[in-house]
Parts: sequence; structure tokens; C-alpha cells
Amino acid sequence: MRMDGKFKEHAIETVLLSTSAVTVVILFLICIFLFGEGAALFNEISFFDFLSGKFWYPTSEPPQFGLLPLFLGTLIVTVGAICISVPLGVASAIFISEIASAKVAGMLKPFIEILAGVPSVVYGFFGLVVIIPNLQKLLNLPTGQTALAGSIMLGIMALPTIISISEDAISAVPSFIKEGSLALGATRWQTIHRVTVPAALSGISAAVMLGIGRAIGETMTVMMVTGNTAIIPGFPDGFLAPVRTMTATIALEMGEVPQGSDHYHALFVIGAMLFVITLLINLIAESIKRRYMFKVGS
Amino acid sequence: MWLKPTTTEKIAFAFLTIAITTVVAFVFLILYYITANGIGAISIDFLTNVPLKRMTEGGIYPAIIGTLLLITGSMVVALPLGILAAIYLNEYAREGKLTWTIQMAISNLAGTPSVVFGLFGLALFVKYMGFGPSILSASLTLALLVLPIIIRASEEALATVPKGFREASLALGVTKWQTIRKVVLPIALPGIVTGAIISVGRVAGETAPILLTGAAFFLPRLPDSVSDQFMALPYHLFVLATSGTNIAKTRPIQYGTALVLLLIVLGLNLIAVAIRRHYRKKMKW
Repeated sequence: MRMDGKFKEHAIETVLLSTSAVTVVILFLICIFLFGEGAALFNEISFFDFLSGKFWYPTSEPPQFGLLPLFLGTLIVTVGAICISVPLGVASAIFISEIASAKVAGMLKPFIEILAGVPSVVYGFFGLVVIIPNLQKLLNLPTGQTALAGSIMLGIMALPTIISISEDAISAVPSFIKEGSLALGATRWQTIHRVTVPAALSGISAAVMLGIGRAIGETMTVMMVTGNTAIIPGFPDGFLAPVRTMTATIALEMGEVPQGSDHYHALFVIGAMLFVITLLINLIAESIKRRYMFKVGS
Repeated sequence: MWLKPTTTEKIAFAFLTIAITTVVAFVFLILYYITANGIGAISIDFLTNVPLKRMTEGGIYPAIIGTLLLITGSMVVALPLGILAAIYLNEYAREGKLTWTIQMAISNLAGTPSVVFGLFGLALFVKYMGFGPSILSASLTLALLVLPIIIRASEEALATVPKGFREASLALGVTKWQTIRKVVLPIALPGIVTGAIISVGRVAGETAPILLTGAAFFLPRLPDSVSDQFMALPYHLFVLATSGTNIAKTRPIQYGTALVLLLIVLGLNLIAVAIRRHYRKKMKW
């Protein structure tokens, strides 16, 4: 009877372990299937040609699969988004954790959660009916569907990630450090920007990295507001022209490609690249966070 | 320093206030705009009719049902898997390479773009396993997408259960599994439910994954089985807003669909917040 009980406990532990190991299996399978479906493309063209190709004409004869316009499209939209969401997000995080009273902070946090909860297609729709026409009128453009419109929407969508993680980092700074600064006669602002924020900097950087990851991976919103023209964007005038991102290309074209064609494989290669890029960003964010926890703990 | 420190502080705080006000104002703007324009379109007919005349008239009933089916399908898979995984990680796992690997896998899955999940679902479920573009393929894909959210939320909920509760139960000679089931899980339940509700909201709003795994442009009837294609609210909104037959004419339907979607997702989030607040107050020891 006791042996039976022990056996049962052991069996339960094994079952539980296998359920959590499922996550590792999924990650592994994602790699296998993305790389597997993508690899066939490189029977036709070289990996280097794919990376450096300046044209994405998947349906012309012969087709051209060049990643560059799509990669640079993703880059320009993401850079714009970061320029909007980092100052706005970090400032909001400082306000919530250092300036607002507990009551006000408690009222502000649900707003950030709402921002995180709104579906991306609703953001896209809002961008389409509000941001785009106003952008066109305001800047006198031929079309409002531009990289800038994408940057604005993605900048807003990255806010909850940046605010909540930065806020955690700022609140985690031990209060005796701040009190020490205040006791020396520093103002609250001097304490914030010379003591608190520098102490929380690694956590804030992790927040920014995760915000970048979020922006790079977003699909529906950018697809609805950026116009989706696959040409290499200029800098900085490219902000005011339509662009096409990597994510939008997959979502736009996958519905129309014959399965097993070069075009089909090429879309999987783009997916694999996205997967690798976001994986690297996550690993960097994770390692920054780890180091910062160590620092605060010691 | 050509400004007095107190003046600098006033200016800096003013900027911080402007930043947070901008964020809050934007939340109000988007909620107000969608509500004000969408409220007129919503009626009983809108919610219970199929789309008519190439989707320029009629309602969104099949899309609502499709979204509900996706929620059910993905939760049947993701909830048990996620909760059991969280129990292992919080109650059994010891520090080591295996646990580290699992934790890394979870945070990387959480950061993987949804369109990549869509491609994976297309390659694995639609093609390799032969489920075709269907409710089944899309539900399984969404289940994988929300799995990290459910695991993280459940882990957090389990971690808030005080150690003394477990020790007291174990000291009475109760086995570990019974302790988890009868003592730990009931206390962690509100937190786990909160995580589940948030992931339901996520499933309801995701578009890119279902676009690749079986959402139909237009299907004026309800699906017969899990291997049927389906309509879903977010994809319906996308189709109407970008490639419908008459985009300008169907604006009211678009606003209506956006509002229904927003109400479902934010309603769920609100319930989650309410549960969390209620139990946080109750559980003070």
C-alpha cells in the first residue's frame, strides 16, 4: 500500500514534468517546421542572394526573392515606433511609480491593461479610419498609408510592455537608496534622474528590448496602415512613403501561393528569420533582466 | 546649472504628467471613437443574422459563433496543459538545466510573433497532420499561442500560496499530490482563472494565426464540424475594412464589429481585474 502510494506520487510527478516539457517540444517543432519548409528555397537561390536581394517580385517571371526591402521596411517602422514609445513609456512608468500617489497609480494601471488588451485588428482599424486620413491632411501627402502611420500605431501598442516592465524595474530600486539621495538635499527629480532611473536602467533596457520584439512581430496593424509597397524605404523620407514589413508579407501572400512553390518556401524563410530575430531579442532581454536582479539582490 | 533645481523639477514633472496624460487620453480616444461610431450599428438583428448581399448588409452571427468555437477549442487544450505545467514548475521543479530549459522555452514562446505561430500551424496542423484549414487547426494553433500566458499566470498564482499551508498539510501525513489538489489549488484558483480569462481575450482578438489556418473570408452558415472552415470576428473586421465589396458603404458594419470585439475582449479583462481585486482583499494572512 505504501509502495503503491509512492509509485502513484512518482507517476504524477512524471506526468506533470511531461506537460511542462511540451513547451520545449513546441519550440523545437517550430524550428523544425519553419526551417524545414523554408530550406527548399535554397535549392533555387543562394541564401546570400536572398538576404541581399533588393527586389521582392515573387510573382514576376522569373520571380525575385530579395529580403532587403521587407527587412528595411520592418526596420524603419520599428525605429519610428521606438522613438515614440520609449520616451512616452518610460516617462509614464516614472510617473506611475515615483510621482503618483498609490491611489492615482491604482487608477492608472487599468488604463495600461486596456491598452494591452485591445486586439491588434482594432488598432489597425482605428489607424485606418482616424490616423491615416488625418496624417494625409496634416502633412499634405498623396496617401496617409505610410511607415509613419505604422510607427505611430506600433508605438502605442508597444507602450503597455514598456510601461509595465519599466515600472517593475523602477519600483524594485530599494527605497534606502532614494532616501539617501533625498537626505543629502537632492530634489525628487534629481533623485529620479541621477539615482533611481540609473539604478533601474538594466530593467528599463529589458523593457525596451521586449517592446522592440513586440513591434517587429506585429502583423495585422502594420498590414492595415502601412500601404504594403515592397520597395526599399529611403531614410528619413521613407517615413512618409508606403512600406511593406516582413510580417505583413507573410499574411498578405500566404493565402494566394500554391503550396510547395518557391514563393511558399520563401514566405517560410521570412517566418524563420522573424523567429530567429525575436528569439535573439528575447534572449538579450532575459540576460539583461537576470544581471539586474543579481545587482539589486547583492 | 542655470536653472534652480526646484524649477528644473517643476519642468520635468510637467513633462512626465504630459506623457501619462497622452497615454490615458489615447485610451479614452480609441474607446470613445469605436463606441460612438459602433453603438448605432448594434442591434439584436446585427448579432443574430448572417451577413447578406456580399457582406454589405445583415449581421455577424457566424463570426460570433466562430470566435466562441475557437475560444472553446483552444481552451480545452491549453488550460489543462498550462495548469499542469505550472504545477510542475512551481511545486516539483528543482533548479537545474532541465527547469532552466523549460523556463527559457516558455519565455521564448511568449515572445514569438503570432504570425510565426500561424505559419507553424499551417505547416504542422493544416498540412503535415492533414487537418486542413479548419476550426481544429486554428484552435490548436491558438492553444499553443496562449500556453505561455496560462503557464505564467498559473505559476504566479501558485507562488502566492504561503509555504506554511503546504507544510501543515504534509505534516498531517497527506501526500504531496493530495496537498496540491486539496490545499494549494483551491487557494490559487482565482489567480489561475484570471490568467485563463485574459488568454480567452487574447484568443478572441488574434487574427494573423487564424488567417493562415482556416478563417474563411465569407461563410454565411455555421460550421458543421471541427474540420470546417469558419468566420471569426477579428478576421471579419479585417476583411470588411480592407478588401470588402464596398468598404465605404460597410463602415457602420465595421464599426459595429469592432465594438462587439472590443466589448468581448475588454469585458473579459474587466472580469479578470474584478476577480483579482476581490480575492486579493479576501486573502490577507
